[in-house]
Amino acid sequence: MPQGDHIELHQKRHGKRLDHEERKRKREAREVHRRSKDARNLLGAKGKRFAKKRYAEKAQMKKTLKMHDESNKRQKVDDDVQEGALPPYLLDRDQTQRAKVLSNTIKQKRKEKAGKWDVPLPKVRPVAEEEMFKVLRTGKRKTKQWKRMVTKATFVGAGFTRKPPKYERFIRPTGLRFTKAHVTHPELKCTFNLDIISVKKNPNGPMYTSLGVMTRGTIIEVNVSELGLVTPAGKVVWGKYAQVTNNPENDGCINAVLLV
Amino acid sequence: MDTQPVLAPAIDASASVMCQLLSPEGDPLGAALYLPQNVGTPQLQEIVNQLLHNEEKLPYAFYVGDEELSVQLGAYMRQKNANVEVTLRIVCQPQALFRIRPVNRCSATIAGHTEAVIAVSFSPDGKSLASGSGDTNVRFWDLSTQTPLFTCKGHKNWVLCIAWSPDGKQLVSGSKSGELILWDPKTGNQLGTPLMGHRKWITAVSWEPVHLQSPCRRFVSASKDGDARIWDVTTRKCIISLTGHTSSVTCVKWGGDGLIYTGSQDCLIKVWETSQGKLVKTLKGHGHWVNSLALSTEYVLRTGAYDHTGKTFSTAEEMKEAALVRYKKMRGNAPERLVSGSDDFTMFLWEPTISKQPKARMTGHQKLVNHVYFSPDGQWLASASFDKSVKLWNGITGKFVAAFRGHVADVYQISWSADSRLLLSGSKDSTLKIWDIRTHKLKMDLPGHADEVYTVDWSPDGEKVASGGKDRVLKLWMN
Repeated sequence: MPQGDHIELHQKRHGKRLDHEERKRKREAREVHRRSKDARNLLGAKGKRFAKKRYAEKAQMKKTLKMHDESNKRQKVDDDVQEGALPPYLLDRDQTQRAKVLSNTIKQKRKEKAGKWDVPLPKVRPVAEEEMFKVLRTGKRKTKQWKRMVTKATFVGAGFTRKPPKYERFIRPTGLRFTKAHVTHPELKCTFNLDIISVKKNPNGPMYTSLGVMTRGTIIEVNVSELGLVTPAGKVVWGKYAQVTNNPENDGCINAVLLV
Repeated sequence: MDTQPVLAPAIDASASVMCQLLSPEGDPLGAALYLPQNVGTPQLQEIVNQLLHNEEKLPYAFYVGDEELSVQLGAYMRQKNANVEVTLRIVCQPQALFRIRPVNRCSATIAGHTEAVIAVSFSPDGKSLASGSGDTNVRFWDLSTQTPLFTCKGHKNWVLCIAWSPDGKQLVSGSKSGELILWDPKTGNQLGTPLMGHRKWITAVSWEPVHLQSPCRRFVSASKDGDARIWDVTTRKCIISLTGHTSSVTCVKWGGDGLIYTGSQDCLIKVWETSQGKLVKTLKGHGHWVNSLALSTEYVLRTGAYDHTGKTFSTAEEMKEAALVRYKKMRGNAPERLVSGSDDFTMFLWEPTISKQPKARMTGHQKLVNHVYFSPDGQWLASASFDKSVKLWNGITGKFVAAFRGHVADVYQISWSADSRLLLSGSKDSTLKIWDIRTHKLKMDLPGHADEVYTVDWSPDGEKVASGGKDRVLKLWMN
C-alpha cells in the first residue's frame, strides 16, 4: 500500500531522473507484450479475471471507435422513407402507447369461423390431476379424503365468497390468486399490466376453466381499456383475450400474449 | 286594480312585444318594432327581408341571446318568463340558400396508396379530388367512376400536405424531406422541378387568394425549420423567405386582405405583408404551441370564384371579379377574423387588422386543440381537440355554444358543409361523425375505416365527403 506521495514529492524537489522519459516510453512499449504474455500464461481464477477485464476493455474500445466513425460520416436520416406515415400535426408529438386500431376484430372473426384459434402456444403439456390438486385429509381422524387444494395459480372473481368449509370441495389458496397479468401486445412489442376479467379456457379441461385455474396455455380475458383499442365501428374495446405463456405457479406472476 | 293592465300584455295574445332586430355583428337593422305575439320565424323573415331591401328573399335564423328562436314570440315570452317591458333583442343570421344533405353511406373504398393517407383535398369546384400519402405519391381520383386517375411520383418522402390553387389549375404538395412539387390535375404531370429551399418538412401550404391575383401565381409554405416561404409558380423561385419564428411553423394562412398569418411552436402568431415580406404584427397570447389557424373568410378563399351554382369561368379576369364579389359579400364591413388553437387547450379570436389584443379567449377544452375551422358563412367556429370532443363557438363573439361528444378517441380533423349547417369530424377512433349545428346533436355516425382517420374533406359542392387514414384506403361518402 502506498503511504503518501513520496515519489511525487521527490520529483518535485529534485526533478525527474534524466532518463525518465525514455524509461517511460520503453515501459509503455513493453506493456502490450507483457499483456499478451499474461493472456497466454495466466491460469485459473486469475486468468478468468484477466480475460473478463480484457474483454470488457476491447468491447468498450470497439464501441468508441464506432462512435468516432459515425461522427465523421455525413448521414441523412430523413432520406429513407420510413414505415408508419403520420400527418404533420402528429409529427412532433411523442406517441407513447400508440396502440393502433387493429383490423383484427375482422381477422379474429374470420379465424373463429374456421373453428380454430390461432394461438401463440398451440400445444401444451397436459397436467395430470395429481399434479393439479393436492388431496387434503379431513375429519377428526383425518380419514376423509374428499377435499382438494388447487396447486396452480388461479383467478378468483371479485364477488367470490367461500362456501362453508364443510361443503368446500376445492380450495383455491389465496397466495396463488392473481388479479393482474403482464400482457404483451405482439405487434406493438410492448407490455402492459392489465386486470384479468375472467378465465376463458383452460386447455386441460372445462372443470379447470370453471375453477379459474391458470396454467401455461390458458386463455384469459384481460381489460384493455387503457390501451385505447377501438372496434371498426368506433367503440372502445375493453375485453380482449390473451394466452398465458409462462408457468405462473413457478414464477409468481402471469405473462401473457394478446391474441390479435 | 292598477296592477291589472301591467299584467295583461303577457297573457293577452293581441298585445305586442317590443323587438329590436340586429345583424350578426350587433348593428340594429332599423328602429325597434312592436310586433304582435303571434309572430313567428316566417313573419320575422319577411320583416328582415323588407328592412334590408333584399330583392331575393333570403332565409334567416333568429337568435335571442344565444338560443335559437323557433316558436312564436308570445310563446317564447311565456316560456322564458321574459319581461315585456324590455326590448327583445333578436339577432338575425342569414342562412345559405341551398341545403346540403348529410352523407350517410360509404359509396367507395378505393385502395391504391400503399401507406397511410395523410392529406385529402377536393378541388375548389368540387369536381376533382387529390390525396397525399406516406408512400410518397400524390394521387388524383376520378370522382365519377370512383377510381384512381393519376399516380404522381416525384417526392422522396411522405407527402404531408397538399393544396389546390383557388382557380383549380394546379396542386402543390409538400413532403417530409422539404421539397414542394407542383402538379397539373388535368394530366397528372409534374410541373417543372421540385421547389427546394426548406431544410425540414413542410407543415402547411396556402395559396394566394384568387381575388388578389388571377391566375394564381404565388403560394406560401410553412416548414418545421421555422421559416415560411413565398414561392412564385411561374418563375419557380422562392420570392420571399419569412423568417422570424424561432421554432417550427405549424400553420400558415394567406388572408383575403393580402396578409399572411403564421402560427408557430414558439407560441406566437405573426402577420406578414406580402410584397416585401415585412413583419406587420406579432400576436402574443398563447402559452404553448399554436397548432392551427383559421380565417373567417377561409372557405371563400379556398373555393375562390366557384360557388354552389356550379358556374364556370372562361377567363382569369372574370374569375378574379367573381371571386372578389364573393369575398366582399362574405366579409361584409367587418374585418377579417382569425382564430388560433393551441396546445395550451385554449383558442384566441383575433382581429389582426384592428388590434394586437385578442378579441376573445375561448377556454373549455381539456386537452390540446388540434384543428379550428370557421363555418363557410363565418357565423360559427368549430374546434377539434384531443379531449375527444368537438366544440362549437360563436364565430363573431367567440362565445361557447355547444360541445359535441361522441368520439371515443382524439378528434383529428373537422370540415364544414358548404351551407354551414353540418359539421364533419374525423377521429382516431376510426369513425367519422356528422353533427347538426341547429340541434347540436349527432346527425350521422360513419364507421368504416379500419384505423385512425387522419384527414377529412367535404367537397365544396356538398355532394361528397372524402376521408383517408392509417388503413391506407381512401373512402368516399355520399347520401
